Amino acid sequence: MAVLELANISKHFGAIQAVNDVSFSLEAGEVVGLMGDNGAGKSTLVKMIAGNFRPSHGTMRLDGNDLILHRPVEARQRGIEIVHQDLALCNNLTAAANVFLGREMRRGYGPMRILDYKTMYKRAGEIFKELKSETRPRDLVKQMSGGQRQAVAIARTMLAEAKLVLMDEPTAAISVRQVAEVLAHIRQLRDRGIAVILISHRMPDVFSVADRVIVMRRGRKVADKPITASSPEEVTGLITGAIEQV
Amino acid sequence: MAITLDQTIAQRQRNWFSSVFASQTFWVLVAVIIACIFLSFATSSFATPTNLYNITRNVTFVAIIALGMTLVIITGGIDLSVGSVLCLCSMVLAVTMHAGYGIGTGIAASIGTALVVGAFNGLLIAYLGFPPFVVTLGMLSIARSLAMVASNNTVVFQFGPDHDKLLALGGGAWLGIANPVLYMAVLALLTGFVLRWTRFGRYVFAIGGNEHAATLTGVPVRKIKVAVYMISALSAGVAGIIQTGWLGAVTTNIGAGMELQVIAAAVIGGANLAGGVGTAFGAIVGAALIEVIRNSLGLLGINAFWQGTFIGGAIVLAVLFDRLRNLRQSD
Repeated sequence: MAVLELANISKHFGAIQAVNDVSFSLEAGEVVGLMGDNGAGKSTLVKMIAGNFRPSHGTMRLDGNDLILHRPVEARQRGIEIVHQDLALCNNLTAAANVFLGREMRRGYGPMRILDYKTMYKRAGEIFKELKSETRPRDLVKQMSGGQRQAVAIARTMLAEAKLVLMDEPTAAISVRQVAEVLAHIRQLRDRGIAVILISHRMPDVFSVADRVIVMRRGRKVADKPITASSPEEVTGLITGAIEQV
Repeated sequence: MAITLDQTIAQRQRNWFSSVFASQTFWVLVAVIIACIFLSFATSSFATPTNLYNITRNVTFVAIIALGMTLVIITGGIDLSVGSVLCLCSMVLAVTMHAGYGIGTGIAASIGTALVVGAFNGLLIAYLGFPPFVVTLGMLSIARSLAMVASNNTVVFQFGPDHDKLLALGGGAWLGIANPVLYMAVLALLTGFVLRWTRFGRYVFAIGGNEHAATLTGVPVRKIKVAVYMISALSAGVAGIIQTGWLGAVTTNIGAGMELQVIAAAVIGGANLAGGVGTAFGAIVGAALIEVIRNSLGLLGINAFWQGTFIGGAIVLAVLFDRLRNLRQSD
């Protein structure tokens, strides 16, 4: 059964049709590259899955159940995690504090509950170990390298048992070595059976890690095929419109 | 010997000792202690019980408000209205009690006023997106004006049936320590606890570090901001109540210009006006340094006109240390 199913999703803002009749589905442990030029509608599409916008038309289903989201927090409660393009990190907090931001672990009873530093440091350390990242839970994010910052943002998605992880341009502004680390993290998520939607402009990243590529142009889905059946040249043509549809 | 991933992850980059030495608060505390030792030897009047009693009590009013201000500054905001709110709350207390109500009613009215003012500031800032500077600047004017309206710009010095209770509240002492100092100590411990051990405290830091990130990760940013401005106004109200009990009279110009002393105390104590950094202990230490400077100039026979220069110098110097450390880090 598909983890995520989108059926005839459309979104318009006034007269502007941002997303037009898009359908696709995603299996557990599948990595899909979502590509398209600026303004093609991929951000809008992802924001609907993340609970930022509600679709104008169409239905979304998660694990076969209707997915109707009013707020981003609800998406997280349903097992949809997002790695934001700017990573959404607080530089003045520790790595562990950032991982647990918005869902801190506490101990005690009733209203007298205090932050459980010890358990949060321990759990964050376990996740960093799983990510094979040399990130210390007690360090401030301010002092971290780009790769470590990525690890902190990705560690958030591993706190709860996520079903789907949306990654918005995770490799846009980092070094070559860090890109390799991020791609490795995506494979780790996939190996845990998590479905990943990777929004990217970078052809090599999508072709090295994705199982499938979906191309959007002017709000419409113009391609949806296994990565092995496509080529960077074809995808470029689809993005620019040199190739109409496949 | 190879270092495993486990060891790297478990390692602490900075131990407790080095983080203490790296903190601005620690060095300001050292400055306060050195100044006190110096003054004890340089003057015969500093280390007397009376003078120490006065100093510790004088610190409290600025220090209590600096605790609330520190929360606001950590979120990246500012509250310029605290001096006027102190005046308004003192006046509400005075007028209520003067009219014949008991001390309980007076304090409730005063605290209620503080919370309403704080909620007004917070709602405008958090929900309507007003800059904190503008809203609280407006409130600085409004609150003092309302205090004048409430009292018809007179001095209130008779507090009805519970007159003596109010004076004991602010003017009394326990084991030789002035009551206001005890209140300050309790409030400082409470603030420190909230900042370090509660989810609310964590969110206050998160908002100051990256408000957008806090929103995206599900932190109730707006509610926290409203709460923070309410706490700031509440701290001004509490300081106003205690100060009224100590002074035994309320005029419409008490607390004038106090907001700047409070902000100075918070900043000297290590709070960063850019947001994300600050401690309760720092607020107290900052207020203490300002008071020690003021007190010592008098005792040393230095013209009081120099006071502003020394306090201003302390602000710049305290932040200078922080800048130097950051410059070294960014190199």
